[in-house]
Amino acid sequence: MSGIHVTTKINGDEVQFVCEADESLLDVLRNRLGLTGAKEGCGTGDCGACSVTVDGRLTCSCLVLGAEVDGHDIGTIEGMAMGDELHPLQKKFIEHAALQCGICTPGFLVAAKALLDHNPEPTETEIRFGLAGNLCRCTGYDKIVRAVQAAAEEMNSAKKIQQKVA
Amino acid sequence: MRYESPTSFKAAAELLSKEKGQAFILAGGTDLLVRMRTGFIEPDLVVDIKRIGGSREIKKTESGFKIGAAVSGAELGEHKALKKAWPGVVEAANLIGSKQVQGRCTMAGNLCNASPAADSVPALVAAGAKAVIVGPKGKRKVAVEEIPTGPGKTSLKKGEIVESIILPKRAPKSGDAYLRFIPRSEMDIAVVGVGVNVTLDAKGIVTKARVALGAVAPTVRLVPAAAKALIGTKMEDAALDKLAEACAAACSPIDDKRGTREFRIKVAGVLARRAAIIARQRAGGK
Ligand SMILES: Cc1cc2nc3c(=O)[nH]c(=O)nc-3n(C[C@H](O)[C@H](O)[C@H](O)COP(=O)(O)OP(=O)(O)OC[C@H]3O[C@@H](n4cnc5c(N)ncnc54)[C@H](O)[C@@H]3O)c2cc1C
Ligand code: FES
Ligand code: FES
Repeated sequence: MSGIHVTTKINGDEVQFVCEADESLLDVLRNRLGLTGAKEGCGTGDCGACSVTVDGRLTCSCLVLGAEVDGHDIGTIEGMAMGDELHPLQKKFIEHAALQCGICTPGFLVAAKALLDHNPEPTETEIRFGLAGNLCRCTGYDKIVRAVQAAAEEMNSAKKIQQKVA
Repeated sequence: MRYESPTSFKAAAELLSKEKGQAFILAGGTDLLVRMRTGFIEPDLVVDIKRIGGSREIKKTESGFKIGAAVSGAELGEHKALKKAWPGVVEAANLIGSKQVQGRCTMAGNLCNASPAADSVPALVAAGAKAVIVGPKGKRKVAVEEIPTGPGKTSLKKGEIVESIILPKRAPKSGDAYLRFIPRSEMDIAVVGVGVNVTLDAKGIVTKARVALGAVAPTVRLVPAAAKALIGTKMEDAALDKLAEACAAACSPIDDKRGTREFRIKVAGVLARRAAIIARQRAGGK
């Protein structure tokens, strides 16, 4: 089996890798590129722990082949914080204790960010449906929903202040 | 396994027809990759159709909409004109899986995976959708209901690929709807699914109807008797009763942990009624 050469952008940086034809993007990220933020919960699209974005669209990296992403833009949890400055969602997850074991957290954060990018002021129902593809066995979800609501609020008021200044 | 991503349907069909081992088409991969991961299949060749020009496009044409085989559920949901013309088809496609799955899943994949419970298929059948098929011997066009022949089985021959799905042009005063029953509120497989598509005249009388059922037989079923119950009526209670009866009569469901036979038969009638009322509203009737 000869490897497939893939050129892609991950969190804005050009990355090249060689992978096997049947290797998932999740395995490429974790095993070849050292990006271990995305987790494997199920490997079959049910849990969302492996969530990434491909060209800005939320997907399960366990259901994408590494070979498929040639020429595409990948976003992972590693690209969420700006250096040492955590993203508002990350901060609110900590403040609201929206995690216990943490295995689901990267996936929830990536999915929540994709949700807010699309819909900056979601209702609670929209948040719950928007995150239905992410499973958490610890928190009971409520704290996660509250954290997303709080982050949305903070991001929206920051935006309004910026608009006023401008 | 080999991975190929040709740039034309012709090249894709050639790759598939020449392969001696097991070859599969890859669209969104939300069925195919699950089956690979769980060891149900061990492909020798996977042909990705997403790099084929036009495969990710929704085109409005003289005769309706042409939806490329690799268009994702999320993209369907964002297409305003399509959603306006065929709200039932779009809502059915948008029920597939989570936001993550929506980013990848396609209607052509849903159709060709041939699950009896595939959500977009009853809506497509009710809509009178056609599939354009490209193969080693050229192109052909068939009604979507002719593609699945049983659970996991299709009428597609070796090397044949669904290139696009065609939704017909909308007559005035038309509407469609899709409803499914699942035990949870998200992320579950339909126990029953019903697609209804109607056209009304100026007085609100149904002139054309198509009704299709999912998850109650080995394939999605078009139910002409159910359509007949609506045609010529304003969908009064008596007509809706007949619709429900015709749907129940068309069911030959399995009995399993997700729903008993009796339950599926009963729910098919109930959902058909509700979907018909939504379709009528969307068509501008009362
Ligand atoms: C977590 C999860 C939840 C899901 N929930 C639902 C649900 O609620 N409802 C539902 O109906 N389904 C559901 N599914 C199943 C799946 O997402 C859908 O059937 C989807 O529409 C498949 O499309 P795809 O593009 O991903 O198909 P793929 O996996 O790419 O392909 C599916 C099959 O069709 C063949 N194929 C694909 N495209 C073509 C083509 N153009 N021509 C010929 N053959 C082709 C492939 O070779 C393969 O055998 C779910 C799956 C997951 C993982
Ligand atoms: S590991 Fe990908 S969805 Fe569970
Ligand atoms: S915090 Fe443990 S699974 Fe969510």
